[in-house]
Amino acid sequence: MSAASQSAPVAMPAGFLDTERRSKRALGFWVYLMSDAIIFALVFATYVVLSRNYAGGPTAAELFDLKRTFGETMLLLFSSATFGFATLAMLEGNRARLLVWLVLTVALGAGFVALEIGEFLGMIEGGATPDRSAFLSAFFTLVGLHGLHVSVGLVWILVLMGQLLIKGLTRPVASRLFRLGLFWHFLDIIWIGIFSVVYLPGVL
Amino acid sequence: MSNPTHGMAPGLRIYLTGFTLALILTAIPFGLVAFEILPRTPALLTIAVLAIVQVLVHLRYFLHLDLKHTPRENLFALLFAAFLIFIMVGGSLWIMFDLHHRMM
Repeated sequence: MSAASQSAPVAMPAGFLDTERRSKRALGFWVYLMSDAIIFALVFATYVVLSRNYAGGPTAAELFDLKRTFGETMLLLFSSATFGFATLAMLEGNRARLLVWLVLTVALGAGFVALEIGEFLGMIEGGATPDRSAFLSAFFTLVGLHGLHVSVGLVWILVLMGQLLIKGLTRPVASRLFRLGLFWHFLDIIWIGIFSVVYLPGVL
Repeated sequence: MSNPTHGMAPGLRIYLTGFTLALILTAIPFGLVAFEILPRTPALLTIAVLAIVQVLVHLRYFLHLDLKHTPRENLFALLFAAFLIFIMVGGSLWIMFDLHHRMM
């Protein structure tokens, strides 16, 4: 099986995802992800410490809309799945299908960012600005930091789509897509923490 | 093990399994809060446990981590990060809530 795929033009290693070899090359990127996880963990700790310090301002229960959060969660989870399907198309060397899945991923991710920006604008219009209370400072820092990561991830997907169109599905481009996939799935993991630590306890 | 996914490409099956598990593990905590099924403390505990399980599901099915194939240095990086997070987050919360308690 591996001999057959070696001769193909795109020649992705056979065996599902060939995790061993790929993750060996991704060690540096993995170290970055772990250090980013530590940054997020400390912002989470800050939020938990400050989460009840409303300073007489709006409370979490008044501000959070569970339906919107559920929508955001679903968009991000579906985008993780579509990125998974994009990875599978990449391993088959199918550039057209890979691009379709990436377009879907961008659409879902952009929907997530749009919902989040809408949420932030609504809060700010209602006077719940980051400087209103310690709770709101910590909330905007944590959720905004994640939203910023997702936005950067979207730009990154668009850049690699450009590379796919111009350079084709070459080994270096495939290697970059593999690391982008790690980043994208990592962001979904951080979001699990955000809805479990920020939104659900806030509404409860 | 004969299920409708039998015969699918292994990659597709892995992603769909992870996706289905993640959907269930997301629906339960949102349902708990939306329909106010449990009192506050058990609900918070359930949310925390389900979140940890879902993180493990994502690591296993989306990031393809497993103890056999993932290189040891990657697992060490992950364990070291988890250790640092445990010390720094656990320590911060311990100190801050103890302080809060003493100032009440």
